[in-house]
Amino acid sequence: MRSVALLQRLLHLVPVLFGVTVIVFLMMSLTPGDPAEIMLANQNATPEQVASLRHDMGLDRSLPTRFVTFVGHAVQGEFGLSLFHRRPVAAVIAERLPATIELSAAALLFALFMAIPLGVVAAVHRGGILDRLATVGSLFGVSLPGFWFGILLLLAFAVNLRLLPVSGAIDFAHQPPGLTGFLVIDSVLAGRMDSLGNALAHLLLPAITLGLPMAAILMRVTRASMLEVLRQDYITFAEAKGLGRTRILALHALKNALLPTVTVAAIETGSLLGGNMVVETVFGWPGLGRLVVESIFVRNYPLVQAAVLLYAVTYVLVNFVADMLYTVLNPRVRM
Amino acid sequence: MSPLLDVKDLVKHYGVGQGLLGRLFGAPPRKVQALNGVSLHVGAGETLGLIGESGCGKSTLGRAILRLHEPDSGSVTFGGVDVTALDTGGLKAMRRRMQIIFQNPYASLNPRKPVGEILAQPLRLHRLAEGAALRERVREMLEHVGLRAAHADRYPHQFSGGQRQRIGIARALILNPEFVVCDEPVSALDVSVQAQIIDLLARLKRELGLTYLFISHDIAVIGYVSDRVAVMYLGEIVENGPARAVLRRPYHPYTRALMSAVPRVDRADQQQERVRLHGDLPSPMDPPPGCRFHTRCGFATDLCRSVAPLRRQLEEDRMVACHHFPEPAP
Repeated sequence: MRSVALLQRLLHLVPVLFGVTVIVFLMMSLTPGDPAEIMLANQNATPEQVASLRHDMGLDRSLPTRFVTFVGHAVQGEFGLSLFHRRPVAAVIAERLPATIELSAAALLFALFMAIPLGVVAAVHRGGILDRLATVGSLFGVSLPGFWFGILLLLAFAVNLRLLPVSGAIDFAHQPPGLTGFLVIDSVLAGRMDSLGNALAHLLLPAITLGLPMAAILMRVTRASMLEVLRQDYITFAEAKGLGRTRILALHALKNALLPTVTVAAIETGSLLGGNMVVETVFGWPGLGRLVVESIFVRNYPLVQAAVLLYAVTYVLVNFVADMLYTVLNPRVRM
Repeated sequence: MSPLLDVKDLVKHYGVGQGLLGRLFGAPPRKVQALNGVSLHVGAGETLGLIGESGCGKSTLGRAILRLHEPDSGSVTFGGVDVTALDTGGLKAMRRRMQIIFQNPYASLNPRKPVGEILAQPLRLHRLAEGAALRERVREMLEHVGLRAAHADRYPHQFSGGQRQRIGIARALILNPEFVVCDEPVSALDVSVQAQIIDLLARLKRELGLTYLFISHDIAVIGYVSDRVAVMYLGEIVENGPARAVLRRPYHPYTRALMSAVPRVDRADQQQERVRLHGDLPSPMDPPPGCRFHTRCGFATDLCRSVAPLRRQLEEDRMVACHHFPEPAP
C-alpha cells in the first residue's frame, strides 16, 4: 500500500521533468541573442565564421530537431559541452555543486536554529515582548530582498567593521586539499583548522542572507502550530499528571508542533535553490547559482538547460523526501 | 464528618487584552470574572453534579480545583491539605490523588503516543511501577475500562470516540486517585455511547471508591449520576443541595428555568409552567450589578437589580442565593 503510493509519487517525476525541459528549451530559444555572435563578439569575426560556428554548435538546425536531440542525449545522462568552457556540462556543474549544497545546508541550519526556539518562546509567552519582536522581525525577514539585505550585511561586517571577508568561499592561502569539494568537510578531513575557520567566516553572511526568509516563515509556522498544540487537553493532562512545564513543552508539545514545521522546511528547501542565484551573485560565491546566472547572460544553452533540469529534479525529490518524513513523524499518516 | 474536598470563596479572573487604543488612552484593564467566590464541598464517595450553561465557569472551576488554572484567591482543601498553598513538590504528590477526564477525547490524547505509552507515563513519572509490573498494570487498567490488552500498541486515531474516552478514563485512573473531575465527559459522544461511558464511570466509582465532581450541561445526565447538585450561573453557585431535592423542587428561578426546559414523558401534569429565559447569558467581562441573574429573571425586582443576594442555608444541606425564593429573605 505504502510502496505503491511511493512509486506513484516517483512516477510523477516523469511528466514534471518533461514539462520543465520543454519550457526551458523554448524560453532559451525565444530570448534574443545568439551564442555564436556573443562568443565571437570581440574577434572581428566574418559572417562566414559566425555561420560556421553556428553549424558546429548545431544552432542552424530547426527547433524541434534540436529539442529531440537534446532529450535523446539527456535521458542518457549526456548534456553536451558547455559552449564556453569547452568541457562537458556535467563536469562543470559537478565542480560547482558542492559550494551550493554547502551554502544551502548552512542556510537551512541557520533557519532551523533561529526559527524553532524563537517560535516556541513566542508561543509560550504569547503577546509578550519577545513574541511581538519575533513576529515583527519575521515580517522583515520575509520582506527584505536578498540582494539588498546581503549588501547591507557586506557593508556592515565586511567593509566597515572588517570582521568578515567580502566575497568568495575561501581565501587562496587557506584552500584545503580538495577531496569532496565541500570546503568545510575537506578542512576537517585534512585537519586544517585555519581552513575551517576561513571557510566558515566566508559562509556566515551568505548563509544568513539566504536563510533569513526561511527562518522567518518557519518561525511563524512553529509559533502557530505550537499555540495550537498548547491548547489541547493532552497538554493539560500532562500537567495534571504532575509533569513539569519544561518537559511538557519538550516531550509533548514540541514533538507534535514540529510536524508542520518539517513540511514547510522541506518545501522551502526547494526555494533555497532560487535564492541561491541571487545570494551567490551578491557574495561572489563559486556555486551553481552564479554559474547559471553567468551562463544565461552568454546564452550558454546546454549548461542552463542541464542546470534547470537539475533544479527541477532536486525540487521534486525534496518534496518527495518531505512526504516520506511526514509519514515517519506522524503516526496518523502511517498505516 | 469533614468533606473530602472543600472549596471556599474561589476567585479566578482572566485579564483580557486591551488593544492598542485602550492602552494609549489608559482604559482600565478588562477582566473576565470566570469564578466569583465559589464555595462547595464534596464528601468522600460522593458525586457532585455541577450544572450550568456554556461559559458560566464550570470547567474553570474544575481546573482551578486541580490548580491547572491558578486561582486568584480562595482556598481548596483536599483531605485536610490546603491545595492552593502547596509548593511544586507537594503539588506533584497531590496530583496523584486528584485527576481529570476531559470532554473532547480527540484533543485529550497525544496523537504521537501509542495507548500503552499514554497509560504508562503517569506511572513512570511517579515511579509507581516499571518493567513487567508496569505492563501488567497497563493491561489491567485497559481491561478495567472495557478495552483489550492488545490495544496498548495502537495509536489514539485508531479508536472511536467512545473508545478514546475509555482510554482517557484509564489514564486518569491509573494512578489510583481518590477524586476525579469529570469535565463534560460524555457531551462529545453519541447518545448510545454516552450511556456506556456513564455506566462505566458509575461502575468504576463503586469498584474503586472514587469521588467525582461531574460537570455537565445535560440535566438528564446530572440527575442520573449525582448524589448532590450545584447550579452555576456566571461564575457563581446559585443553588445546591441533594440531587433529588434540587431537581424535583428547584428554588432558584434559574434552576427552575433549566428544569422546565427538560422534556418529560412521565408527568401527568404536562401543562407544567414553562419558565422561559429571555436574552443571552450576559458577558462575564461585564456582569450585571446586584443579582447576576436579574437581567433574565421573570421575578426580578429593584432589590435584585441593586443588591447581590446572600447565600442562604436552608433545610437538609440546601443553599440558594435568591432574594425571593423559596420565600422572601428576612
